[in-house]
Amino acid sequence: MSQTQSQTQSQALPGGPMRYEADERGYFGGTWGGRFMPEALVAALDELTVAWQDAMADASFVADFERVLRDYAGVPSRLYHAERLSEKVGARVLLKREDLNHTGAHKIRNVMGQALLTKRMGKSRVIAETGAGQHGVASATAAAWFDLDCTVYMGAVDTRRQALNVARMQLLGAKVVPVESGSATLKDAINEALRDWVASVDHTAYLFGTAAGPHPFPSMVRDFCRGIGDEARAQCLDQYGVLPDAVAACVGGGSNAIGLFTAFLEDDGVEIHGFEPGGDGVETGRHAATIHAGEAGVLHGARTYVLQDEDGQTVESHSISAGLDYPGVGPQHSWLAASGRASYTPVTDAEAMEAMALLSRTEGIIPAIESAHAIAGALEVAKRLGQEKGPDATIIVNLSGRGDKDMGTAIEWFGLGDADLGPDADLEQVADEAAQ
Amino acid sequence: MTSTSTAFEKARAEDRAALIGYLPAGFPSVEGSIRAMRTMVEAGCDAIEVGLPYSDPVMDGPTIQDAAQQALDAGVRTRDVIEVVRAVAETGVPTLVMTYWNPVERYGVERWASDLAEAGGAGLITPDITPDHGSAWIAAADEHDLDKVFLVAPSSTDERVAMTVAESRGFVYAAAVMGVTGAREATSDLAGPLVRRVRAAGDIPVAVGIGVSNGDQAAEVARFADGVIVGSAFVRALLDHPGDEAAGLEALRALTADLAEGVRRG
Repeated sequence: MSQTQSQTQSQALPGGPMRYEADERGYFGGTWGGRFMPEALVAALDELTVAWQDAMADASFVADFERVLRDYAGVPSRLYHAERLSEKVGARVLLKREDLNHTGAHKIRNVMGQALLTKRMGKSRVIAETGAGQHGVASATAAAWFDLDCTVYMGAVDTRRQALNVARMQLLGAKVVPVESGSATLKDAINEALRDWVASVDHTAYLFGTAAGPHPFPSMVRDFCRGIGDEARAQCLDQYGVLPDAVAACVGGGSNAIGLFTAFLEDDGVEIHGFEPGGDGVETGRHAATIHAGEAGVLHGARTYVLQDEDGQTVESHSISAGLDYPGVGPQHSWLAASGRASYTPVTDAEAMEAMALLSRTEGIIPAIESAHAIAGALEVAKRLGQEKGPDATIIVNLSGRGDKDMGTAIEWFGLGDADLGPDADLEQVADEAAQ
Repeated sequence: MTSTSTAFEKARAEDRAALIGYLPAGFPSVEGSIRAMRTMVEAGCDAIEVGLPYSDPVMDGPTIQDAAQQALDAGVRTRDVIEVVRAVAETGVPTLVMTYWNPVERYGVERWASDLAEAGGAGLITPDITPDHGSAWIAAADEHDLDKVFLVAPSSTDERVAMTVAESRGFVYAAAVMGVTGAREATSDLAGPLVRRVRAAGDIPVAVGIGVSNGDQAAEVARFADGVIVGSAFVRALLDHPGDEAAGLEALRALTADLAEGVRRG
């Protein structure tokens, strides 16, 4: 894997504790983010901004949010010392076990926060976009719990690839609308959800699935996910008496990553690593490494890195992980990359699948393929840290989701399910061969 | 360059509303789109909006999405759009570009404004930037003497309507239904009040986009607006005649004539 830093122009940081925050118009670092949206949605986005800021300043809302996450979703998640993995790399690897949350991923935090806010705003219907179906399932879950009508837009290509998640959403009471337009994948599902929202905004909230989109979504989704990092930081100090040397997460739109990173932004000694979906390899053009290989542009309401052609048309992304398969990225990540505070590195499909097998066989944890990107990248960082600082060097990796949903992909990739495949089969070798 | 305001002045002198027609550049081909837009001018459009096809058109309904996708699939480029503008502007009617923002940013805002002005374009309609996030475009448009057409919606607050009117030049685009583009059976009762709010905010023509697809609807809108914008219905006329350009142009001509009669009746 290439460990080179993403090739971004370094920009001067403004001073003060707000240097990583958006300004009141939604711009990070004065440039990234903002609100490039139709006038018809501005009133709703303004209303949402006020409601979110009021809610976050209201102790009773925050208490309700914490209570529902604790009692219903199993949060705080554990910070788990992966001992065998640590031995392998010569440094302490701590996994933030978001895979054990209700619905199997960090995404429950975001949807419960946004659904609670929807109730507070007096709206009765939610819409959501989904790629693989994880945010759709989480949204359908929250809608069931809060008794809200729910419509989920999903690319037609994805509804065929992820029929099980379509069924889960339907069982939970949501309406799933296959989107045939454009490339019929996640970005088109977002387009269609926005089209719905323009026509339904008076009674409908858009539960945006990642820390991207127009202001206030990047900051609001970050706020609902930041418990990941706040908890991990406190757990690490409590359990080991030190801050980690590094934190790591996968980055598609970037909600789990910004959720982890936020608590550590002011800890200058903590390295921050995002791992982007490198697909078949960035050099092949078939990837979704938006920060590493994209260029600044405007997509879905924010200025951020975008995979685009020379005319500014969005280019189709590719990743084995549907949850990372997005040609844009949250604007705060663009700012963290441009400012040099975080580094973003691509991890290929093959490297991620190898890490999926490794974690399954050393720790008995089947990670989501999204999270396997973080594992793959973090292990390289851990090896370096171990060499530099010894075995007490510590890295926190966000295990953002569990891999049950990815078994179809794993079966195909590794040739699982064949009775001839004995327990001694070397899956890493199988993955290597598959990559060649 | 011919500012769009000249189209409104001409219509007002004839005591009628202006008819503004939209088609995407490059649909069904670059040359075909030029012939189609020139047909619309000949048959009575007072101004033309040249659409810049974009991969993620969040404000467009299925009809315009379909046409834009066909244009992209056929390989239309941003530079082709400039050439379509040049060919249409030669007819003498104000010719604007309607575009989502990213292609402009990618082309280079200053370079875009310069090339558009050089081609005789009147200005730009920007469905996904509002004046408060459009300072780069506003500066470039002012530098090159181009129209800045921003949108207002039924959901716009009075404060935002005032801001939009203050920053617009040429006309204000009242998107008078809460929803995406597309022909509609009935006109919206939101349009009249929205037009009145724009008029109260300043002295600038206001044109209404509301899914008009025939002369009767155009007449209804023309009673209270300075201009009637028609997009999806024109696109539909071409979509309904795939591979038969003569029939498509004939349908465009007939539809334009009906609409042009409508704005004179209103």
